[in-house]
Amino acid sequence: MAEPLQMAGSKIKVNRIGLQKTDYRGNLTTLCQGCGHNSISNQIIAACYEANILPEDVVKFSGIGCSSKSPSYFLSRSFGFNSLHGRMPSVATGALFGNKYLHGIGVSGDGDTTNIGMGQFKHVIRRNVPLVYIIENNGVYGLTKGQFSATAEVGLNLKYQGVNSYMPIDIPKEALIAGASFIARSFAGDPKQVKELLKAALSHRGIAILDIISPCVTFNNSDEAYHSYAWGREHEVAIHDLSYVPPSEEITVDYAEGEFKEVTLHDGSKILLKKLEREYDPTSRVDAMRVLEESDNSESLLTGLIYIDPDRPDLIEQHNLVDEPLNRLNESDLRPAADTIDMINNLMF
Amino acid sequence: MSEKIVNDFSITIGTVNGSGSQTANNTILRSLFKMGIPVSGKNIFPSNIQGLSTWYTIRVNKDGFTARRDAHEIVICMNSNSFSQDLANVLPGGAFFYTDSIKLDITRDDIEVYRLPVKDIMREQKDVPKQLKDLVANMVYVGVLAQSIGIDLEQIRTALDYHFKGKQKPIDLNFKVIEKSVEWAKGNLEKTDPYFVKPMNKNDGLIMTDGNTAAAIGSIYGGVQFMGWYPITPGSSLAEGIIEYLPILRKREDGKHTYAVIQAEDELAAIGMAIGAGFSGLRAMTATSGPGLSLMTEFAGLAYYAEVPVVIWDVQRVGPSTGLPTRTSQGDLTFTHYIGHGDTEQIILLPGNANECFEFGWRAFDIAENLQSPVFVLSDLDLGMNQWMAKPFEYPNEPMDRGKVLWEEDLEKLNGDWGRYRDVDNDGIPYRTVPGNKHPASAYFLRGTGHDENGNLTEDSATWTRMLDRIKKKYYKAVEFIPAPIIEKKKGAKIGIIAMGSTELAVREARHQLETEANIKSDSMRIRGIPFAEDVPKFIESHEQNYVFEMNRDGQLYQLLLGEYPHLADHLISEAFNDGLPATAQWILDSILIKEKI
Ligand SMILES: Cc1ncc(C[n+]2csc(CCOP(=O)(O)OP(=O)(O)O)c2C)c(N)n1
Ligand code: SF4
Ligand SMILES: [Mg+2]
Repeated sequence: MAEPLQMAGSKIKVNRIGLQKTDYRGNLTTLCQGCGHNSISNQIIAACYEANILPEDVVKFSGIGCSSKSPSYFLSRSFGFNSLHGRMPSVATGALFGNKYLHGIGVSGDGDTTNIGMGQFKHVIRRNVPLVYIIENNGVYGLTKGQFSATAEVGLNLKYQGVNSYMPIDIPKEALIAGASFIARSFAGDPKQVKELLKAALSHRGIAILDIISPCVTFNNSDEAYHSYAWGREHEVAIHDLSYVPPSEEITVDYAEGEFKEVTLHDGSKILLKKLEREYDPTSRVDAMRVLEESDNSESLLTGLIYIDPDRPDLIEQHNLVDEPLNRLNESDLRPAADTIDMINNLMF
Repeated sequence: MSEKIVNDFSITIGTVNGSGSQTANNTILRSLFKMGIPVSGKNIFPSNIQGLSTWYTIRVNKDGFTARRDAHEIVICMNSNSFSQDLANVLPGGAFFYTDSIKLDITRDDIEVYRLPVKDIMREQKDVPKQLKDLVANMVYVGVLAQSIGIDLEQIRTALDYHFKGKQKPIDLNFKVIEKSVEWAKGNLEKTDPYFVKPMNKNDGLIMTDGNTAAAIGSIYGGVQFMGWYPITPGSSLAEGIIEYLPILRKREDGKHTYAVIQAEDELAAIGMAIGAGFSGLRAMTATSGPGLSLMTEFAGLAYYAEVPVVIWDVQRVGPSTGLPTRTSQGDLTFTHYIGHGDTEQIILLPGNANECFEFGWRAFDIAENLQSPVFVLSDLDLGMNQWMAKPFEYPNEPMDRGKVLWEEDLEKLNGDWGRYRDVDNDGIPYRTVPGNKHPASAYFLRGTGHDENGNLTEDSATWTRMLDRIKKKYYKAVEFIPAPIIEKKKGAKIGIIAMGSTELAVREARHQLETEANIKSDSMRIRGIPFAEDVPKFIESHEQNYVFEMNRDGQLYQLLLGEYPHLADHLISEAFNDGLPATAQWILDSILIKEKI
């Protein structure tokens, strides 16, 4: 693939690393028209472009499902691994050791994460794997044609399934209990928020769980369904207005004193959280649990950055790796010297 | 006393699991080893932490035949629960030692019986802390046995020194009890059985180790960079060996690590992590046992079809299901060979001794990376967890083979024109890139779904077939990497014995017995990997009868040979048996004698 041409006087827009937005494109989507997953793919493209991330510095991961197909619809210049149903977290965990400077973006579905993949979801969180973990949450299995997933609300009525009577799994709550260092919820119908959250997540060192309500227009989009566009539009309550300020950039927005909160991330970037209706401190686990519980009771779709701990060491840091990417080490780094063999034999009886 | 029997008998020690007898048993084993006598030790233990009966069998044999035997000339019983069984197990004319705390009747008069004054000796040991009394009490049988059969006390001290890593206090504590027991035996034990040991020099230059430790160290010499694992007997100690030796062997001045080991949440995650790391260009592995391997099935198929290098050690135990979790078996062969749904055929290495565990430890990575494929190594509990005499480990005699990996400058030369699954060299092996490569054409999207030569998704039938056929081509290419079978010939041999893995010593002994006791000469072939090397069909063809010995019920190696060489079916006879115990020469001998009608 050729480098973008920067012709004199041309109006081609490039970001700070000289790439056009098209450099972040993927293959044409094969998902249904109007599927929430497509809109999230577009925001991933926009976020990486705006955050000046080199596509070669990203590795994409996914499980299995309509959602998990979507990594081929963005960032064609990034490596990707479309793995097994429910097992994306383990693959990402191992792969990210290959080169510790890479950004991991994982895309999963609600079925992929909360049904078959609940175990790996919990463990990737407790290890604080440096991964932007997006759950494109539509309350159903899209790819297998409309069965209930574990995030479906009680009372949801689906065409071939009947009425769901089981309690739904709440992804941010599960993430919080597992000890996630970054938890957000958003809505595919609120692209601006999705994009800002993605940029913040990409700057976070550690696991960033993004539960994004992403309507399945084919199997679960009736107005009264909690994962539909209509319900989301009517019930979305953002806890704050959120914007991401890249590392070395000045804060240009003008907020009155006390109106906003600022969180500084590992790489020096900042998240600005403008107060809306209520006071909210996303660094408190207790507050996080409280707002999630309240939003359940008020039947609203609470969105925004629910919890963040920017300082927790991530999995790779915990392992104290050499500076050189592990996958560029060679025999002299990896095979113990010949004179060690006597020492080892002497350690045997 | 009848004529002395020197350096040719088996000792079995029955104890209660969790009573700390391992230290005592290892001390006996190691001191015999240091006396230069060929020796083996096998732990026959229950799946239990404390309380159930457990046995340890030691065999000394001056001719180097140290496979397990069913017969026990000397039995030591420290466990009232196994008393009657232990008593019944002594060969007529053999010796029976039992702790004085057992108040049961001796119901045999065809053996020599000795009481071990455990209580009396321990009562005198005022300086042994109370909580250690039971552990140290095992040293009484070490001392009495040493005096009775003639184990060198200096070597016992050496063994204790090794066990306690030179820590003087526990060494002295234990050694004192041994000395007291020796003294007691000198004064009170009248030797009436014929069994003795005498120093030899047969073990010069040899070491003692277990297969899992050897495999772990071998893997480190293979440059392992990532290990994902989940605890399971008998696979655990392989992973734990890697954890123990990595910091020693891959120490750097800056204190930083060139590797990561992660204990996963289950085997799905363990292999998932390893495959992720393999995709990322790391030398990645996992170690497990049957139940864990079952969980790895779907991932094994993915790695096979998406062509991700990864090394999987399966230290086999008895299945199906939880089976006999602490007993040995060769029952995972066909499962491993075909693991993954659809058209899969996996590459397998079959180490037969500790040295091969070491060698296959490093070699497996070369094969996996060269062929961009999972490589399975099938060891077993006997090989993996018991102590074996071995030659010193040998430094790898070949440089690392990282396979066909394209980096930035390679892609530059190709003008970025490459495809992940193109068969450029017509050997079935494509080129690959790994994440972190900065060339804008380096990336590809790995998937288990149908893909074409460029890694693009397709459900085209012809492409599917073409891709699968290419992978098969690669599989046949693996023959070049699979260690050749070990073939031992005897002039005038009519029959062939085919085996794999840890039955090596039993086969060797049985061949000797066949020749000396029944005048049947035999050749043997120990298969060391799948796909089968070229010598395998040649060997089969050159004998009218080939007995295929293996530790499972249905003859899995036999089935695979039959499938590969249907035209040689007439030459193959299946001898499959598994009761969870390491194979004996007697089994092989009897099986052949019946068929050869003698
Ligand atoms: C082991 C396994 N079991 C079942 C399936 C079939 N399957 C494919 S996608 C899917 C559900 C996907 O649902 P979700 O993760 O919510 O993704 P969506 O399609 O809704 O985006 C299932 C059950 C599979 N691929 N693998
Ligand atoms: S079935 Fe649903 S989830 Fe799948 S692509 Fe269509 S709209 Fe999206
Ligand atoms: Mg879904």
